Amino acid sequence: MKDVIDLKSPANILTIIVVGLCAVVPFLAPALGEPFYVIVFARIMVWAIAAVSLNLIMGYGGMISFGHAVYLGIGAYAIGILAFHGVTSAWIQWPVAIGACAVISLIFGAISLRTRGVYFIMITLALAQMLFFLSVSAERYGSDDGLNILARSDFGVSFFSLEDNMTMYYTIFAFLLASVFVSWKLVHSRFGVVMRAAKSNETRVQAVGVSTYRYRLTAFVIAGVMCGIAGLLQANLERFVSPDMMNWPRSGELIFMVVLGGMSTLFGPVTGAFVFLMLSEILSTWTIHWHIIFGPFLVLIVLFARGGIAGLLTPRASRE
Amino acid sequence: MDYVLLIEQFLNGFQLGIILFLMAAGLTLVFGIMDLVNLAHGSMFMIGAFVGGTIAAVTGSFVIGVVLMIPAMLLIGMAVEMTTLRTLYPRDHLDHVLATFGLILFFNAATRLIWGPEGLVVPLPDFLEGSVALGIGITYPVYRIMIIVVGLLVALGLYVLVAKTRIGMLIRAGASNRTMAGALGVNIPMLFSVVFGIGAVLAGLAGLIITPITAAQIGMGEDVLILAFVVIVIGGIGSIRGAFIASIVTGVIDTMGRSFLDVFLLLFLPENAAESAGPALSSMMIYILMAAILFFRPQGLFPPKGAQ
Repeated sequence: MKDVIDLKSPANILTIIVVGLCAVVPFLAPALGEPFYVIVFARIMVWAIAAVSLNLIMGYGGMISFGHAVYLGIGAYAIGILAFHGVTSAWIQWPVAIGACAVISLIFGAISLRTRGVYFIMITLALAQMLFFLSVSAERYGSDDGLNILARSDFGVSFFSLEDNMTMYYTIFAFLLASVFVSWKLVHSRFGVVMRAAKSNETRVQAVGVSTYRYRLTAFVIAGVMCGIAGLLQANLERFVSPDMMNWPRSGELIFMVVLGGMSTLFGPVTGAFVFLMLSEILSTWTIHWHIIFGPFLVLIVLFARGGIAGLLTPRASRE
Repeated sequence: MDYVLLIEQFLNGFQLGIILFLMAAGLTLVFGIMDLVNLAHGSMFMIGAFVGGTIAAVTGSFVIGVVLMIPAMLLIGMAVEMTTLRTLYPRDHLDHVLATFGLILFFNAATRLIWGPEGLVVPLPDFLEGSVALGIGITYPVYRIMIIVVGLLVALGLYVLVAKTRIGMLIRAGASNRTMAGALGVNIPMLFSVVFGIGAVLAGLAGLIITPITAAQIGMGEDVLILAFVVIVIGGIGSIRGAFIASIVTGVIDTMGRSFLDVFLLLFLPENAAESAGPALSSMMIYILMAAILFFRPQGLFPPKGAQ
């Protein structure tokens, strides 16, 4: 687990470039005459938080959740629905969003973690689609068309207002760093050791008297809450929520970001989200049929670039 | 709530169940035998509809469209298997999900490129239009009866194929012990291609026969794919019998729920609450059913023998 030690390895240099870019883009992009990239980077960082949360259970815990985007949707809809009813205070909105994600991930986790392997993949997918269809059928909150949010979360203090785009951007940036820090702390704690051990050999972990189900469920809830925070940030950033945010292709894209960047690496999901979304951004300006290139590209990544970008950039000898 | 509507909705649910079965049968065969999670199965549903619909439009006959769709989908399915999926068998399920997710993006974009974003309307053949009286005051569209009959025949054919023929014997042998069957001289790669091709034909048939009712659209297979996942999880992955029973149950419960749940809720909820809770609850119902079944039987209702 030599995560951030060798600063000269190509994977870490890429990480430093990506994080460094995220830090300076609000100043750099307008200076270069491309202010549009500020919002692009803000979106990338929101997805990166979600990808970091998925990596926590998928990369370190071996739980392939194919419905992780649902927590983006829950976090975002909590903000959207409260704002719709006139509750704009962040001190109510944020705890409600986080609480909702915690409760729902606890229920979904309790059901799906009873199963293994492909059953787990399909159940997380089906449970997420259940809430997707629920949001589509919620006519009061805009159904398919989604829900506009008139004002961002209000912290009630004059020196910190999300209505200021700079504050919004750096709030997201701070949460991104915090999410990486939390997963680093978790992975290297006793908790993380149990998780990783259960991923490689569950029977042995159970044989030494550890209930893997509880550890997995706790990790599942932590990841759900972290992804929910990404969702509430996204709702604030876009001032808009729609069912599409939690439709299943979003969950697939999240898995891809994690795998592309390098599963079970600390910053892999961040670089993965960056490369995935920048590539989508660039290809989609070329042609509306960009998926015809992007789809096979993803297939080729799976077939030939195991370990993702981090794997490609790490010399063979020093891999685990 | 009159019984005519009840029976009609039951038949509609049964017909949805048949479509789900055609999808789920291919999925569960491919998973049971090759241990492959194939999201691109939904694309086969869509391609079958577009290819068959185009043939029907060119030749002017829906029946020719259906007949020619079968070899076309067999070839497309086998081509996909040989070019991409074959490399995936030794990989883990995560790689399957990702690679076939990439395939979905590709097939959707390719379909949009070839047929345009509007989709394709396939008219009903004349002799299948209209309704027939089923007695006791019920009239039901001929075409929907046709779907049910075709689906039941295919289910029967599949049973005979797997249980009574030589190729079915090879399929079962390959499923229970791939290495042993290979050692005994079975051409496993070819067998897998054929199984995948059969799955693609079944999915394509489902897509094509539903098209005169819904029209062919890009991404039309994806919602059906997720329902088919629910079905095979309920039925037990790898079990065709489980897939059949779970398909019919899911189709009927989903359709009946959408039509009658709000009426049912009125019995113990105020009108306002029932009207808003009805649609929301009915769209969640089969997922709740799935969760409940898995809570008691994590391997589904009919786990195939020999599965761990």
